[in-house]
Order: sequence, then structure tokens, then C-alpha cells
Amino acid sequence: MNTLPQQLANGLFLGSMYGLIAIGYTMVYGIVQLINFAHGEIFMTGGFGALSVYLYVLPNGTSMWIALPAMLIGGGIVSVLIAVGAERFAYRPLRGAPRLAPLITAIGLSLALQQIVFNTYPNAKTDLTFPQLPFGPWHIGSVSIQSGSVFVIVAAPLCMAALALFVSLSRTGRAMQATAQDPDTAQLMGIDTNRIIVIAFAIGGFFAAVAAVAYGLRYGTVKYDMGFQMGLKAFTAAVLGGIGNIYGAMVGGLVLGLAETMATSYIDGIPGMQQLGGGGWSSVWAFVLLILVLLFRPQGLVGERVADRA
Amino acid sequence: MVILTAVLTTGALTLTACGSRDNSGDSKSGSKTEIIIGVDAPLTGQNSATGLGIQGGVQIAVDDANKNNTVPGVTFKVQALDDKAIPASGQQNATQLVQNDKVLGVVGPLNSGVATQMQQVFDTANLVEISPSNTAPELTQGKNWQTAKSRPFKTYFRTATTDALQGGFAADYAYNTLKKRKVFVVDDKQTYGAGLAKLFKAGFTKAGGKVAGEDHVNTGDTDFSALVTKIKNAKADLVYYGGQYDESEKLTKQLKDGGAKIPLFGGDGMFTPTYIETAGKTSEGDLVTSVGQPVDSLPSAADFIKKYKASGLKGDYGTYGGYSYDAATAIIKAIGAVVKDGKIPDGARAKIVSEVQKTKFDGIAGPVSFDEFGDTTNKQLTVYQVVDGKWKAVKSGTFNG
Repeated sequence: MNTLPQQLANGLFLGSMYGLIAIGYTMVYGIVQLINFAHGEIFMTGGFGALSVYLYVLPNGTSMWIALPAMLIGGGIVSVLIAVGAERFAYRPLRGAPRLAPLITAIGLSLALQQIVFNTYPNAKTDLTFPQLPFGPWHIGSVSIQSGSVFVIVAAPLCMAALALFVSLSRTGRAMQATAQDPDTAQLMGIDTNRIIVIAFAIGGFFAAVAAVAYGLRYGTVKYDMGFQMGLKAFTAAVLGGIGNIYGAMVGGLVLGLAETMATSYIDGIPGMQQLGGGGWSSVWAFVLLILVLLFRPQGLVGERVADRA
Repeated sequence: MVILTAVLTTGALTLTACGSRDNSGDSKSGSKTEIIIGVDAPLTGQNSATGLGIQGGVQIAVDDANKNNTVPGVTFKVQALDDKAIPASGQQNATQLVQNDKVLGVVGPLNSGVATQMQQVFDTANLVEISPSNTAPELTQGKNWQTAKSRPFKTYFRTATTDALQGGFAADYAYNTLKKRKVFVVDDKQTYGAGLAKLFKAGFTKAGGKVAGEDHVNTGDTDFSALVTKIKNAKADLVYYGGQYDESEKLTKQLKDGGAKIPLFGGDGMFTPTYIETAGKTSEGDLVTSVGQPVDSLPSAADFIKKYKASGLKGDYGTYGGYSYDAATAIIKAIGAVVKDGKIPDGARAKIVSEVQKTKFDGIAGPVSFDEFGDTTNKQLTVYQVVDGKWKAVKSGTFNG
């Protein structure tokens, strides 16, 4: 049974990445009730932004200790600009329209971003090699930890703590809570709700870029279509935790990541379930879990639309 | 209004002028008949690195034929269609090629799964199709190829040998040369990958080896950490992977980073420089089998490689560029036997099919001829290993087991 600690660690790394992306879905939903299906592509562009900084801005052979922060900033800028641009040009004109309209726009935007990167980024037609951290992997007891996983396990809690402090302590954070609770009344109280919405998109975009750097470090490549599957999983995590709730996004991400790794390693050990286990089934079990949670706890694990859901 | 009319008239005149100039250009080069060699391969997206090599190989064969006037009175052209490695797109492309009367032969596709959707279309139209790379045995020998071989489509040929040989060749190498005894088998559930994994397993257990565990992945998956733990726990000394480089390059990286210092062994779907680039140092020692002999080691292909590099074609000739050249040459030779003085006779397509069946010549990648199933008679295979960040051929041979 020495696989359990390793699988728990695997689930934790994967789940942290889902959680970071899920923040973007949940904050936007919490404030404007929009499911931003282009968020997976915002994550993807963050990865390409970070890679571009490494390839085209920094001199060859820059140490990763200097390159990594620069890549985070570069990827963050790209993701934030695209997220804010999407809000301004794709979603804001449709605010107040029936909910289906921005949803369709989001899907269109997602395809457009994918195709733009596919057709314009040099060599984007295959996997692009992402720079790696120059240390690790480590082996602690029976657990192996890749250098790329260390990054996400440090970055995810830091991001979460910063966000929690920001939302509960800063003036803007409190304004966000108010907008989430009731945008119309918040506006009457003198809160610039448009500004709050832009900030929600920007934070979501930045966290997606952090997740994209984590993805690149962990898997060694970025690809134009990497946002699709990750975006879908992160959205599932957001719903699982309770969409609109930032703590729920992180919890949902972790639960989903753990569920996938556990399903891969243990389900085919259950008598009669051999056919339903294994790596090819991990996504199936992730969605089965989602359906079960929605059946018995439709508001998600942590709960959605609570008073301080932003 | 006057200006507009003037602009339109000038435009029209220019266009007609262009048209007439083209016509005069054609008549100057004699009354040559234009014949198109179709290409179907993934030119974008997954597997496109390999797909572009197929297009390039055919292009060079056609250029050579035009330059040497191989078929008097005929100018060859290439029409390359992109199937994106999607079976439905391949079928659409096949329909498009069949409808064009100028198309008298097709090279492609890259993927066995795509080929299954194209064979019927070509067969109905009597249009010859030669794949440089399809390795699924049922394409030429029917669904029950293990018990009763029967050829399903008489217009389908290939210059690549089948997985039946590739899987067995790999199993033989793993057991007898590498001395591996416990293998973990992973595949991507696709026609090619699952077939290859099954044949490797059969060969490896027959030789006396043990299968320590089995699992499957989905195409497009990136996180294999849970699978890696399973492989480590099974205490396997080799992982065999049936599938493409897109997933295996990530699997091998996570495998080595996860502390399992065992090589990954796969088929020709992994045999690309991209695999090494992405997996980096972790790919060191990994193995693949591929059909034929390495093109760059063959003196007969030296001229081809020189031309390819000078041509400015996109991508590398890769695994199949040489075989595509040979496939296109077989078609061109068959056309030469049917089309005399640039006149295409009635039922030319059917006649070309029977000419291809009779083909026998020395191609740049080895002798080219087809058996009664449309399979190549050249059963050469090679094992390659990553040594110092490059694919190095470690063993070539034939396999009949």
C-alpha cells in the first residue's frame, strides 16, 4: 500500500492547478453570473505569454531563478490583458442581454483564441517545449516530487491567501463582496461596478497564468489546445465546490484532483470493476463525482452564492 | 461613375490579359496532359510533423518525374489535402480526390484509423491508394487476419510493413536483446496503439516474459502521475507504449521524474525528433521500432535527402518521406504503362491499379513490390534508441514470427 502517499501527492498537485484556474470561473460567475467558457484559453495564452518571455525577451541561458519571475509577470500580463479585453469587448456589450448570448460569445471567443494562437504563434502546431526548473526531482520515502510540482504547491496557497486577504480586508475587496451580493444596490451606494467586474476578470486571468506556468513546468510543454481540457476540469471544480465561492473553487479543485488520481489507481482493484479503472477512465470518474455532488448537494460542497461569495 | 467603369474595365482587361498569357505559356510547352497525384495526410495539428514529410516526399517524386520526363506527354501535379488525423476528414478528402478526373493515384494517409474510412471510397472509384505508413494488419488482410487472411480492397497498397511484424520485432528485441522480463503495457485505445500493444504483449509472453500490468490513456491527456505510480508499484523493468508521441513524450518524462528508471519502448508513432525535444534528458535510453531501414543510412536515398533539404519544403522528410517518394514513384510508373503520348484511355484508373499490383523496382528506401494483399514485400524493420539526445538505429532486420 505504499502507493497511497504518492497518489495523494499527485492528486494534490493536480488539484492545486485546477483550483487556480477555477478561481477565474468562480469570481466572474459570483459577480456577473456569467460562465466564462473562454477562461481555459485565457489560461492557455498565459502559458504562451510566459514561454514568449523566455524565448524572445530574456537572453539565452538566463537562470531560471531570474527567468521564472519574469515569465510569471509576462504570462500574467498577457492573460490579464486578454481577460480584461474579453470583458470589455465581448461581454460588456451583452450585459443585460439574455444569459444565453454571453455564453455563446464565450464559446466563440474560446475557439477564436485557440485558432489565433494555432495560426500565428511560431511552431504552435505541435507541443512547444517549456523551460524546466534546474533541480529535482526529489524522492522522500516512497514519494517522488517533480520540480514542477513544487512550484504549484507553493504558488497555489500563496495566491489563495493573498486573494482571501484582499477580498476581506481591502476597500476594493469589500466593494467586490457588495457587488456580488447585489450589483444594483452596490452601484447606488457609489461603487463603480464596472471597475469591480474588470478587477474580477483581471484576478482570474492572473491566477490562470500562474496555473499555466505550473502546467508548463510540470508537463514540459504548452500547446494551443491545452486550455480545453484543463478549462473543463477547472469549471467542474468550480461547480463542485460551489460556483461563486472562492474557497469552494480551491476545495473543488483539490477534491477533483484527488478523485482522479484515486480512481486511476484503486477502482480497477475493486472486484468486478477491472474494466472501469485505469488512466483512461479518470475523467469519467471526475464527472461521475460531479453528478453525484449535484444530485445530493446542488449548491456544491462548500456552497454557492453565500453572502460573501466573492 | 466614369472612374468606376474605367477601373472595372482595366481590371477586366488585366484579368483577360493574364488568362491569355497563361494559355500561351501552356501551348508553348507542348500539348501536355496534366495528371494529379493526390496526397492525404495530417498537414496541421496532431502528427503534422510526420504528415508534412509525406507531402514533401511525393512532391520530390513528382518533380523528378517531370524533370526526367518519365511519362512522355504528361505533367504531374500534387494535390495535398489535410486530414488533421481525423477519420471523417480523410473520408471527405477521398471523396474530393475521387471526383477529380485528373487524379489517377493517391499517396496516404498517415494514420491507420483514417485509412479505414477512405479505403471504400477509393475502391468504388477504382482509384489506387498507396499508404507510406499505415501499419494496422486488417487494412490489407481483413478483420480476421490472424485466422483467415482475405484482402478487403484491391485498390489499397502500402509501402510500410504491418504492426504484426512491428509488435513482434519489438517483443523479440525486448526479451532477447534487452533481457527484460516484466513489462507494463500502456496504450491509447486507438486502432494503431491498441493493436500494437496487443501484438507486443502476445510476442513478449510467447517469448517467456511476464506482463506486470496494463493500462490505457486518452489521446490529449497530459497528467500521467497516477499511472506512473502504478507502473512503479508493478516493479516492471520496461514500459511498452502503443500510441503516438503526443502522449508518450509526457509519459516518459513523468515516469523518469517519478523515480522509475526504466525505458519506454514504442512503435513508429513515437519516432520523431519532437519526442526527444519535449521529453529532454528523460527520453535517454527510450526505444522505438520503425518500418524499413533509416532513410539517412541508405545510399540510395542520399540524392533524395539532398533534394529535400535544398527544396525548402516545410518540415523534415521524417520517417515516411522516403516511402512516400517510393509510393508516388510506383504510381507514376504505373501511369507510364497506361497513359501513352498523354492520352488517358478509358478505364485508366482500373488499369493503373493492376499495373501497381505488378510493380517491381528498387526504390530509394528498398525494393518496392506488393504481395497478393497489397502489402509490401520489404519486411525490413529497425529498432532505434535515444542516445545522447538523438535517435540512433541499433538493430535492423526482418521479422517473420
